[in-house]
Amino acid sequence: MDIFANLAHGFAVALSPINLLMCLIGALVGTLVGVLPGIGTIATVAMLLPITFGLPPVGALIMLAGIYYGAQYGGSTTSILVNIPGEATSVVTAIDGHQMAKQGRAGPALAIAAIGSFFAGCVATILIAVLGAPLTKLALAFGPAEYFSLMVLGLIFAVVLAKGSVLKAIAMIVFGLLLSMVGSDIETGASRMAFNIPELADGLGFATVAMGVFGFAEIIRNLDAGAEMNRDLVQQKITGLMPTRKDLVDSTPPILRGTVLGSILGILPGGGAVIASFAAYTLEKKLAKDPKRFGRGAIEGVAAPESANNAAAQTSFIPLLTLGIPPNAVMALMVGAMTIHGIVPGPQVMQKQPDLVWGMIASMWIGNLMLIIINLPLVGIWVRLLRVPYRLMFPSIVIFCAIGIYSVNNAPVDVILAGVFGLVGYWLIKHDFEPAPLLLGMVLGPLMEENLRRALLISRGDWSVFLTRPLSAVLLAISFGLLLLTVLPALRAKRDEVFTESEN
Amino acid sequence: MTSLRALATGACAAALASLCAFVAPAKAQNYPTRSITMIVPFAAGGPTDVISRIVTAHMAQTLGQSIIIENVVGAGGTTATTRAARAANDGYTLITGHMGTHAASVPLYPKLAYHPEKDFEPIALLAGTPILILARKDFPPKDLKEFVAYVKANAEKVNAAHAGVGSVSHVSCELLHSILDVKPVGVPFNGTGPAMNALVAGQVDYMCDQIVNAVPQINAGTIKAYAIATPERNPSLPNVPTTTEAGLPAFQAQAWNAMFAPKGTSPAIIASLNAAAIKALDDETVKKRLLELGSVIPAPKDRTPEALATLVKNEIAKWTPVLKPAT
Repeated sequence: MDIFANLAHGFAVALSPINLLMCLIGALVGTLVGVLPGIGTIATVAMLLPITFGLPPVGALIMLAGIYYGAQYGGSTTSILVNIPGEATSVVTAIDGHQMAKQGRAGPALAIAAIGSFFAGCVATILIAVLGAPLTKLALAFGPAEYFSLMVLGLIFAVVLAKGSVLKAIAMIVFGLLLSMVGSDIETGASRMAFNIPELADGLGFATVAMGVFGFAEIIRNLDAGAEMNRDLVQQKITGLMPTRKDLVDSTPPILRGTVLGSILGILPGGGAVIASFAAYTLEKKLAKDPKRFGRGAIEGVAAPESANNAAAQTSFIPLLTLGIPPNAVMALMVGAMTIHGIVPGPQVMQKQPDLVWGMIASMWIGNLMLIIINLPLVGIWVRLLRVPYRLMFPSIVIFCAIGIYSVNNAPVDVILAGVFGLVGYWLIKHDFEPAPLLLGMVLGPLMEENLRRALLISRGDWSVFLTRPLSAVLLAISFGLLLLTVLPALRAKRDEVFTESEN
Repeated sequence: MTSLRALATGACAAALASLCAFVAPAKAQNYPTRSITMIVPFAAGGPTDVISRIVTAHMAQTLGQSIIIENVVGAGGTTATTRAARAANDGYTLITGHMGTHAASVPLYPKLAYHPEKDFEPIALLAGTPILILARKDFPPKDLKEFVAYVKANAEKVNAAHAGVGSVSHVSCELLHSILDVKPVGVPFNGTGPAMNALVAGQVDYMCDQIVNAVPQINAGTIKAYAIATPERNPSLPNVPTTTEAGLPAFQAQAWNAMFAPKGTSPAIIASLNAAAIKALDDETVKKRLLELGSVIPAPKDRTPEALATLVKNEIAKWTPVLKPAT
């Protein structure tokens, strides 16, 4: 079948009034979900799934897909404005995005996040349409050993992220890994570090910890540091809403690189989008002429990860559309939505359900267009939010965070835990530990552990499997190379430049 | 502050009053007078959820009240089941339990906060999802007989995938292994999606999984099926033999789903719910949709509360010896 004929067919399906409406609703809900801290895409799609049972299947899936990638647009908003990542994929955006906001450049940061996301979304849509089927092989080539090596690489990225001491960054990663081990052991089902609290049986939620160490801790610190005064400064400093020509020129290469990285990593089931955003940030920091700018409001530090996470969110549909296998929890819910309509997706879904597959692909492009139209004017409104006095702002943030955390599992314990992590986070900030590596450790921890154990189970305990499988060996070699840069004394001068900022 | 407290007291009183108002008319002759909550212990869109929604949509018409599905996930469905066990036994909170929550959980979770037999009133068996023995497409054995011989001969080498401890794919493969008297390595995945991905990619050798996920992959030839563990062949996979036909009659397993109420719910309410469930299962549209999913609809004699009580008892007895040594 001709690709253009397929796409034309897809657009014909996606442009029908009902599907356009569904796409718009999905994009709007997604933006909202992304903006509201704590309320994640999984919870939202799960909540909305029953509503879709009464809708035609194509429309229902277009809406659910819209929520998923729409959240990638919204997720950056709170990261930039208040240093609270709405989604795991926008944790890195907070690092430079919030610094930009503090310098009065929230507008350009938000705008470049939306523009980067839009560009990445368009490219990823074309990629799915043209190369979806061949790219599926990548998803199948990644076995447990390859995943483990990828996770190792991901953790090395986290070290590079740090702007302070490398030792402290490593300590944070290890702490994150430890936190990720709370819950049931995957192989035996034994309970680990759950202290007989039933709510901990399934582990600590990402939202709980993120809201705590980022959101609550940031609020405590602001109240502590006389935030009113700082914020007055921020308000006076607000310069322009849209990026300048220089911003756009500076951001173009990071957006391109972020899109490529995100598109590749997104295809890998599980965690692809998160690693993509961290990898894109690390790459920019390594390539930058002056890495010291990172962590202090470099626009590249917003453009690259935001492009990467949106590209990844979209290419993660490839395994679902070509193999019929859901690569993550949100996609699994979408398979549920198809099942209830009597469509069970499989390897032949492209031939058997061309309306569904091509309609969805076309709707992604339309959805991205809608999202940029929704998000660019919103920038002005969001920036105006910064003018709200902090004494009114912080209780609202606390309430929204609490609602968000509660909504994930309907568990009051989660809200209390977030409070505890708020105190932990405050202590960490006071002692110059950064929360971003902690969260990356927490996200990658389970994937790393599970795949390590799977790989060793399959190889019957033979560790050489990580080196004899070519993809895995390459990933480990890259990790080793990065690590070498930090360790070799001969490269010490360079390392200081790349990995740390001068002690000031 | 005082006014706030007064308001709160007032609200509490109102809530109590309305609670009393609900308790009083909750007799069977006019049951139900308000909407019923059906707890589903798994995520929306999974097999148990889909079956519950199809059946309750019809039951709601019969009962003249809406039935609201509440998906409560966590700890292999036991979180939701604990909640249902502790709910008021007025017939307004029900649960769709399944093979895992109401049988396999007993040996799997030593500290289980409920007992499937003692804390629930059985209502009706709804539908079962047959389990298949699946393998990667280039796994050497050609049929079930060869598979049995191969696994026995290579128990040290083969890998069985499953979707996590306590999942249907895990417990059913444990049953298969106990019948074959082998202990191959089980490779845990996070859900059936990743497990199926590994099977399609050939990273693992075989798995036991529910029919819903497997049919499209089998039809596309990305994986192969040796047998279906039910007494009869399934219309959605007419070429796959039953375990009895293929020479392993001892391996019988299906992920059954059934409706339960908290202990002490009045027999009259149970009877009206059972009647509504049976009516739903006899409805042509409901039947068609369940069959499309590859489900098995219980025979009329298996639809009574008593039959379900027996099933739960037998299933606990069946799974306990299989799963006890595994944990």
